[in-house]
Amino acid sequence: MIRGKVKPKVYYQPDIETMPLEQLRELQLERMQWSVRHAYENVAFYQRSFKDAGVEPGDLASLDDLAKFPFVVKQDMRDAYPYGLFAVPSKDVARIHASSGTTGQATVVGHTANDLKNWGDCFARGIYMVGGDQSSTIQVSYGYGLFTGGLGAHAGGEAVGCSVIPTSSGNTKRQIQMMKDLGTDILACTPSYALLIADTAIEMGYDPASDFKISGVILGAEPASENMRQEIRDKLGVQYCDVYGLSEVMGPGVAMECAAAHGLHVAEDQFYAEIVDPETLQPVPDGTYGELVFTTLVRECCPLVRYRTRDVTRIIAEECSCGRTHRKIDRIVGRTDDMLIIRGVNVFPSQIEQVITAFPEIAPQYQIILTNKGPLDRVELDVETVPDFPFDEIRKLEELKKHLAAELKSNLQIAVDIKIVEPKTIERSEGKAKRIIDLREGGRA
Amino acid sequence: MISQLTVFLENEKGRLASACRAISDAGINMHALNLADTADFGVARVVVDAPEAAAEALRKVGYRATVTPVLGVRVPNRPGGLATLLEFLDEHDVNIEYGYCFSVDEETAVDVLKVAGEPAIEQLLVEAGFKPVKPEDVYRLG
Repeated sequence: MIRGKVKPKVYYQPDIETMPLEQLRELQLERMQWSVRHAYENVAFYQRSFKDAGVEPGDLASLDDLAKFPFVVKQDMRDAYPYGLFAVPSKDVARIHASSGTTGQATVVGHTANDLKNWGDCFARGIYMVGGDQSSTIQVSYGYGLFTGGLGAHAGGEAVGCSVIPTSSGNTKRQIQMMKDLGTDILACTPSYALLIADTAIEMGYDPASDFKISGVILGAEPASENMRQEIRDKLGVQYCDVYGLSEVMGPGVAMECAAAHGLHVAEDQFYAEIVDPETLQPVPDGTYGELVFTTLVRECCPLVRYRTRDVTRIIAEECSCGRTHRKIDRIVGRTDDMLIIRGVNVFPSQIEQVITAFPEIAPQYQIILTNKGPLDRVELDVETVPDFPFDEIRKLEELKKHLAAELKSNLQIAVDIKIVEPKTIERSEGKAKRIIDLREGGRA
Repeated sequence: MISQLTVFLENEKGRLASACRAISDAGINMHALNLADTADFGVARVVVDAPEAAAEALRKVGYRATVTPVLGVRVPNRPGGLATLLEFLDEHDVNIEYGYCFSVDEETAVDVLKVAGEPAIEQLLVEAGFKPVKPEDVYRLG
């Protein structure tokens, strides 16, 4: 086969990825019934939590019935350390991954041989999404180890039958040398590392977009702004596939972004996604932002029933031009810890930030001040103009305020009072700046 | 055209005083000051000895300060001095964003105007017998 001459197969698993919706829901229900029962019968934690909630696996007659079941949260996994949530004996455990535990007790997650195979299949679908197939060369520059990135992407490459280069992260110049000499088609790593690779290659005198063969990147494990994504696309000359995953649920590959670049297809044959209101914990309609909750459908070692990810996104319910039928999630807009409830509307600082960064006249520093004198919450947004803004003319300042307020109103559905402030007002911070000041009675910050 | 110092001020106690102090600490003298205010901010427009140095001194202490080109015209200090100038500009369809005036002495006043675009208007003024102010007339150069 001559590379680039033969049109590659579009899907890695066409029967599954383009399965008619009705059939997909049936498959999900059947698998969910198995998974919930498997969890209940083999994990003491679920026996207790189901009993406390007054439910049994037999109560699951439809997908909607899942809402009756209790949630699992990260703390439950910490409490169950190390093997408390394992549903298979150790002879069936093929591999163990662990979270870093930077915010508390580490958590461990086990995988059976089947779990690992399913994982490889999930990631493999993303390789096809960026135009890869068995003749592609994939360079895995995620770290290998307890972190799921490296081995997850590696399994995807092997499942497809790619030539896999396990460079792991680090030694950037050598990465670039291999990328060039070996003709890497697809790079898998974190967005910040992809950008470092691109910048280093440019410093070395290359133009990766035209000098290198690379045509796709599969990037995840950390947030990336649209500006950053575009920079990576331009500098490397690639299609960008955003990959979502978390070690508790599997690792990279739970959801992946196709060429339509409007949302990430959840591997719905393996995971059931719900979006719930982080306050009421009730499921919300498609399109509404809320907390992403996963139920695993085929996992043997560590089945999860309604795991609260704390990641905030929404379901994009649309027929995708790529032909895949699996529902999509939008990019993660934040963590539930960051969520503000303003006049009953859930607002994430990242949504505000997105609006602000679309205004070149406004500096990236900003501050949101919440007060509630009287019955209504009042939202004040303090921003600075960029130094070369013609603030000499009051009319231009007033226009900028008006324009920004209108954008915020249409994006967030809430009225925001804009205040243009002097640069000294908003605190500069080396690390994470304090962007939100909640002065409301009963406020959370 | 002359350079005017422009300072953005939050509507907060003491901000103007502290800006003036910063200018004075830099050894810079002010000739005229015009203050525009809105509900939550103000803009001070100032004619000073050394506009660039004043802007830099203000930026160092956290102000948003810049230098803006404006039109300065020397007019006789008597009734109608400004009116004649504005009529001329009106005839030439020159739009004025804002303006203010200050007296230099008994005989002369200076009208400062922010005009939209049009640096060419300065030449027209000269041809019509007006006396646009040169930078060296109002502040030290360099």
